[in-house]
Amino acid sequence: MSFMPYVPPEQLMKDRSEYAQKGIARGKSVVGLEYADGILFLAENPSATLHKISEIYDRIAFAGVGKYSEFEELRISGVRLADLRGYSYGREDVTARELANAYSQALSAIFTQQMKPYEVEILVGEVGEDPGRNAIYRIKFDGSITDEHGSVAIGGHAETLTTKLTEAYAEGWDLATAVRSGVEALSAAEDREIPPRDVEAAVLDRTRRGRRKFRRLPDDEVARLLA
Amino acid sequence: MTGPRPSPPGGPADPIGPNPSFIDLLRAANPAAIPGGVSVPPPPAAVPAPHGTTVLGMKFQGGVVMAGDRRATEGYAIADDRMEKVFPADDYSAIAIAGAAGQAVEIVKLFQLELEHYEKITGSRLSLEGKANRLAQMIRGNFPMALQGLVVVPLFGGFDEHRGQGRLFYYDATGGRWEEEDYHATGSGGRAAKGSMKKRWRPGMSRDEAVRVAVEALIDASEEDAATGGVDPARGIYPTVHVITADGVEDVEEPELRAAYDAVMAERRGDGSARGETL
Repeated sequence: MSFMPYVPPEQLMKDRSEYAQKGIARGKSVVGLEYADGILFLAENPSATLHKISEIYDRIAFAGVGKYSEFEELRISGVRLADLRGYSYGREDVTARELANAYSQALSAIFTQQMKPYEVEILVGEVGEDPGRNAIYRIKFDGSITDEHGSVAIGGHAETLTTKLTEAYAEGWDLATAVRSGVEALSAAEDREIPPRDVEAAVLDRTRRGRRKFRRLPDDEVARLLA
Repeated sequence: MTGPRPSPPGGPADPIGPNPSFIDLLRAANPAAIPGGVSVPPPPAAVPAPHGTTVLGMKFQGGVVMAGDRRATEGYAIADDRMEKVFPADDYSAIAIAGAAGQAVEIVKLFQLELEHYEKITGSRLSLEGKANRLAQMIRGNFPMALQGLVVVPLFGGFDEHRGQGRLFYYDATGGRWEEEDYHATGSGGRAAKGSMKKRWRPGMSRDEAVRVAVEALIDASEEDAATGGVDPARGIYPTVHVITADGVEDVEEPELRAAYDAVMAERRGDGSARGETL
């Protein structure tokens, strides 16, 4: 008969944290920036089809870094939660806060109960009627959640990026300035120039017609904004 | 999300990957919320419920027009004179519904969400063929209700992005789906509207002509059928008209509908100025 050796809970949690952090550090980063008309998300992503940034609901977007299969699963659960909630009640009853809480609960449960923690970090953003009512939540692999304003970064170079962006950030940026500053920061963190075609960019634009405010910026638009 | 997490699939026989259907998700989470999903014993008499009346669809050069009158009736009473019966289903298609209004609106709402959910989960839009088939399945699901008098018969039109043309589908209460090559109308005034379009429709019409023919067909239907609402400029009641082209769904605005109505009326009075100008 074999016995599991005793591992103190502190050590267990520490090991899991380190494991998740290592996984996330290997991946690329995502940046979220508030600008005059809404919220911009930027990432370096050579793939045009495997997205890091996606639409969840009318005013809500999702961004994930780390292991694709894991944050993709979280994204799909989020879309399901939002659509079910919106259909059963009303579309305005779906909020980023509720989604972020659900993600936090799910990630926290996975971190403590499963064999291996998720190697992911995610952002949930919601564009408000006016800039004061935007909301961005950052949720870490262990379910810890923070409310962010202005600029935020997740992923391998999160700390470097946060420092850079906090320095550069100014309220009321237009889209071009936000894209330029974001890509500059991403390039600086990677220590090389990121070509426009490798930039994945999407906005939650409150001026967009209709109820769905999420829009991907195509490569040529990114190139134009960067020029 | 807080409950059991989605996937991993139960066994090797299950298809892998997320199910992009919102209806399947809703059926698992809350089956009573699906239109036609609850079976009720047959009522002693027909359930008194508002019924929407005439809707039509018509192809033209570059797209499809979907239109409907604004009346809903409950027996011999007018339940509503400003009801909307034509809705955008997504960016490139629209659905027009005749029949039990409450049931119809719920089916439209679910259909819209089905398309949106699919798009968000898979990252690409359903093909027009796929949308039309999905709607047929939903109408078939409503068949038990149809037997009890809550019939819903839609028309579905959209721009097929792969073929680069407008397409029009009509359905019956059992979920039967047929593609129409020119025009179709359904509802209590559908026969009169079809008769009108039979004389006015021709292949390769322009968008503006098609809007006018649609308005005229609805005027004709309102004159033949008590349950179809007419145009009432005094109260600002105009039909709902949506035009779907490669640029998406466009809700035709009141001034254009008023102009179309005026042109039809002027022609009937025999004003030379309007006769034969656009047709």
